[in-house]
Amino acid sequence: MSRILKKINWMTLLIPVVSVILGLLCGAVIMLIIGYNPVLAYQSIVESIFLQPYYGGETIRAMIPLMLAGIAVAFAFRTGLFNIGVEGQLLVGWFASVACAICFDHLPKVILLPMSITAGGAAGALWGFIPGLLKARFKVHEVISTIMMNYIALYTTAYLIKNFLYTEGERTPTIPAAASLASTFLADLTQGSRLHWGFVVAIIAVFAMWFGLWKTTKGYELRAVGFSPDASKYAGMNVSRNIMLSLTFSGIFAGLGGAMEGLGTYQYMTINSAFTGIGFNGIAVALLGLNTPLGVVLSGALFAGLQTGGMTMQSEAGVPVELIQIIIALIIFFVGSGYVIKWAFGRLSRKGHK
Amino acid sequence: MSYAIEMRNIRKEFPGIVANDDITLQVQEGEIHALFGENGAGKSTLMNVLFGLYQPDQGEIYVHGKKELINDPNDAARLGIGMVHQHFMLIDKFTVAENIILGREPKKHGVLDMAKAVKIVKKLSEKYGLDVDPNQKVEDITVGMQQRVEILKTLYRGSDILIFDEPTAVLTPIEIKELIEIMKRLVGEGKSIILITHKLKEIFEACDRCTVIRRGRNIDTVAITDTNPNDLASMMVGRKVNIQVNDAPYDPKEKVLEIEHLNVLDSRKVDVIKDLNLTVHGGEILGIAGVDGNGQTELIEAIAGLRKVKDGSIKINNDDVTNQKTRKIIEAGLGYIPEDRQKHGLVLDFSVGENMVLQTYYKKPYAQAGILHNKVITKKAKQLIQEFDVRTPSERTLARSLSGGNQQKVIVAREVDRSPQLLIAAQPTRGLDIGAIEFIHGKLIEEKKKGKAVLLVSFELDEILHLSDRIAVIYEGHIIDIVDPKKTDENELGLLMAGRKKGGSEA
Amino acid sequence: MSFFEILTIIIPSTLLTAAPLIFTSLGGVFSERSGVVNIGLEGLMAVGAFTAAIATLGLEHAGLGDASPWLAIVIAAVAGGVFSLIHAVVSISFRADQTVSGVALNFLAAGLTIFLVKMIYDGKGQTPYITHNIDKINIPGLSKIPIIGPIFFQQVTYTSYLAILISLLVWFIIFKTPFGLRLRSVGEHPAAADTLGISVSKMRYIGVALSGVFGGIGGAVYLVTITSNYNVSTIAGQGFLALAALVFGKWHPIGAMGASMFFGFAQALSITGQQIPFLDRLPSVVMLTAPYVLTLIVLTGFVGRAEAPKADGIPYIKGQR
Repeated sequence: MSRILKKINWMTLLIPVVSVILGLLCGAVIMLIIGYNPVLAYQSIVESIFLQPYYGGETIRAMIPLMLAGIAVAFAFRTGLFNIGVEGQLLVGWFASVACAICFDHLPKVILLPMSITAGGAAGALWGFIPGLLKARFKVHEVISTIMMNYIALYTTAYLIKNFLYTEGERTPTIPAAASLASTFLADLTQGSRLHWGFVVAIIAVFAMWFGLWKTTKGYELRAVGFSPDASKYAGMNVSRNIMLSLTFSGIFAGLGGAMEGLGTYQYMTINSAFTGIGFNGIAVALLGLNTPLGVVLSGALFAGLQTGGMTMQSEAGVPVELIQIIIALIIFFVGSGYVIKWAFGRLSRKGHK
Repeated sequence: MSYAIEMRNIRKEFPGIVANDDITLQVQEGEIHALFGENGAGKSTLMNVLFGLYQPDQGEIYVHGKKELINDPNDAARLGIGMVHQHFMLIDKFTVAENIILGREPKKHGVLDMAKAVKIVKKLSEKYGLDVDPNQKVEDITVGMQQRVEILKTLYRGSDILIFDEPTAVLTPIEIKELIEIMKRLVGEGKSIILITHKLKEIFEACDRCTVIRRGRNIDTVAITDTNPNDLASMMVGRKVNIQVNDAPYDPKEKVLEIEHLNVLDSRKVDVIKDLNLTVHGGEILGIAGVDGNGQTELIEAIAGLRKVKDGSIKINNDDVTNQKTRKIIEAGLGYIPEDRQKHGLVLDFSVGENMVLQTYYKKPYAQAGILHNKVITKKAKQLIQEFDVRTPSERTLARSLSGGNQQKVIVAREVDRSPQLLIAAQPTRGLDIGAIEFIHGKLIEEKKKGKAVLLVSFELDEILHLSDRIAVIYEGHIIDIVDPKKTDENELGLLMAGRKKGGSEA
Repeated sequence: MSFFEILTIIIPSTLLTAAPLIFTSLGGVFSERSGVVNIGLEGLMAVGAFTAAIATLGLEHAGLGDASPWLAIVIAAVAGGVFSLIHAVVSISFRADQTVSGVALNFLAAGLTIFLVKMIYDGKGQTPYITHNIDKINIPGLSKIPIIGPIFFQQVTYTSYLAILISLLVWFIIFKTPFGLRLRSVGEHPAAADTLGISVSKMRYIGVALSGVFGGIGGAVYLVTITSNYNVSTIAGQGFLALAALVFGKWHPIGAMGASMFFGFAQALSITGQQIPFLDRLPSVVMLTAPYVLTLIVLTGFVGRAEAPKADGIPYIKGQR
């Protein structure tokens, strides 16, 4: 244990911790200015998610896609790519998993559930592969191309639902039970929350990122190419193939995140006119988690807790739930400005020594 | 007597290192003054202080006898100080004229007056015999021309004190000659010049006086007429240089690298390697001498499978590796110390340990069935760090945080340890201090003694002359001649590098 | 329906939807030409639209009538400029990753505007509708010209023509003035500009602030000409569409304007396509995704290489090469 503790670089932990504290403080200041009681607001969040099983269950439920989206972003980051396309990859994954479940509703659960999850991952993979190909082959910057892919996903899934899988309520029919991740056991345990077995998938994904990137030769290659495409090329690695692989893997994680929503949380897909926001939240999760697997779990928990607790905050303290979004945005700004936080601490500690 | 520039007792510290420590530099009006020292001695820092890019921690600056504070390049420009940067500060997509007027644009009713700009540039160019076309885009002109644009930038700002930062590094011998003429013409027009360099030859050809600095400190200022190259060199290094000489007997073995009728295109689809033939044997160091840009980089890249071969063949150990994948060629027995060690030789954000297996990570014993054996990698890294005396806190340290010399040692350790039949070393000692240079030269000679083939590419003639068993001179993409280092000298090599074969015939 | 009639439907509709995109993508030109990637255009438009809604309502209430939306656009421009300074501080002074900062800016804008709407309107998620829009009108004189009049000058808003004129102005500023030369120089080679005494930070702050001003105008124009009230889905992708237009237009003001027109055209077709023969058989999704698909194709270089400014997205740290 002490060996593990020694390995941790405390300075790197400083930035996310300080960022969260500053973010919450700013949130409190905003509430004070407008005349809310920040203590009451934060208290209601903490109490609901820790003391009420329903909100606790919903928090873990919300963590599932956030973690997968976070892993998707973090994985790409670790290999030198900025995947803003998680949102789109998630949407196509969501759609593919639901469509697969509905189309093959006669299959037994042992086949249909894994098949639908795989369909989600595969769709996400395809949506990640395209920008990967564009980057490897034509040097198209992935930030721009993944943004474009997001909108193509949004409009295409909406169109496909409307024309092929439409049912009342602007959505697809509900998936058959044989494809569902929902669990009465988990729901009962959490007093009727939508918690489902998807958290197992999310945990596997976290493990897969860790093992894949740091324990395999492919992961070594992906990281090498991410840090220095030139040196990797000189060392005999295939840079183009690794770029495509990286975004494809990233897309799989994102697609699985969508499948979790389709097969677990909602059991169907609505016609989206705007993004779910999960993909963009995934960027926040990955950044705050310093793009590490464990960090993604922790920051995923934080953001899921804030979002779920935000509902109680709105009902009990009367603070609009959008405040949570503001706090998350501020936390990203602070994490992004890590250079300044480090610098400021350097100044402070130097002054302390004098 | 008043100096054009007088920098008194300058001290500049960076986190963890004192770049300038009590340096004094006095430049007389109308002279060419050399600032001479090794890479990393603190020359560039001192000049950046003078140019206002850095603020000194201590010390004073006098310009034409008046004490001045130089807070930014604007102040420097106002005082008539101009810098011709080593890495050109030019915007490729802008025209020559746009580059020159940037920051001080001629205006008409608040709008750019490009016609006037072009006229001014033309006039200046004519006055100093620089011969540039103001309307061409910078990306379309030669390196030598680009340097003239840099000079014009300072002249346009009315500079009378010009700093040239290692100006010849990128020039051909003819361009160097022309540059020295230009510098003399500038001095003739009343300018004063500071020439930053680590090349003795230029100092004796161009300069009046020379200030030597070493490890951030002043050593001496001497008049060129009162000194000689040997004295200056030992002043620069601070001790008698222990020159590693290739004293092992020349005993060539079987052919390791065979290049026949090689043709290669560069990124602009121009022929850069033209019908090049070259053979390197086991047990020899073959040095390639030549001015930068004559195809050296492309030749190596073609051998390493990093650049497509248009025509011809490359064999390593009788294996045809022409247009093979880089990994295949590495496995066929290629070791490569690349020219740009930070960009091509290392993954800077990987640990030293991870860098040690950059080409072998997928092989036994470092991996099996796609799973890394991190313990074996760590053990190997520790062993190499010790064997090659890499100064690093541990194998987990990021390569980025090592000094240049130690970074190069990591690369050399990795390449030599793989025991390749052919070792290519491109500019292996550029920018290193003397200690590291000696170490690396020693390792190259050791490889030769082991019977390996070493292909050494360097712009430093001394290095080539001291280490090579044979010297191949490359000019405009082909080998113009192969000479015996014991029977040649710098003069002959210089002529060959400029494309003149023995007997005065132009190649 | 005759071809002429089709044009009289499509062109004015194109001009209407293109105007906000033109303004916003011009903002992107300023920012990215100075070397700061601005993913936050979406958020800047949201701030602009929100401000325009609140300001118009306030000015109407104060009795300014038809001048209200115009004044509101000006106020929104200021608001966008101020809001963009967050991006400037974080990405220029604090050296944060510009994409990260842009993403956060979008988050903040979306959260903050709706938060404020709920504050101002007692928990309601949307503003009331403004009563004084900038309406579609027939431009006096010009609309009487045969053929051209009905196509280009009937049922149009002044903002569309303002947008076109301003894109010409931006072109002039960027390519013909000392300011433009300096702005481009810090986006291409900041170290070179620095050695010539041009303050890289200052130029980049100006670039980003102008992107805020123009993004704010873009959002405001969208509100006062198209949606008339602000809610969570008012700005849903318009900013990213403007970003696509910027790239599609190859970081050139006139190119961005042309691309915005083209995207406006695609949007107009997706809305009015049902009325037009042949097009009614084409699924609307083709028109909706066309701008994005085409931008991807442009980026692959099949239609001439689209090259971003060289130092776009790279924080400038003095003394580093």
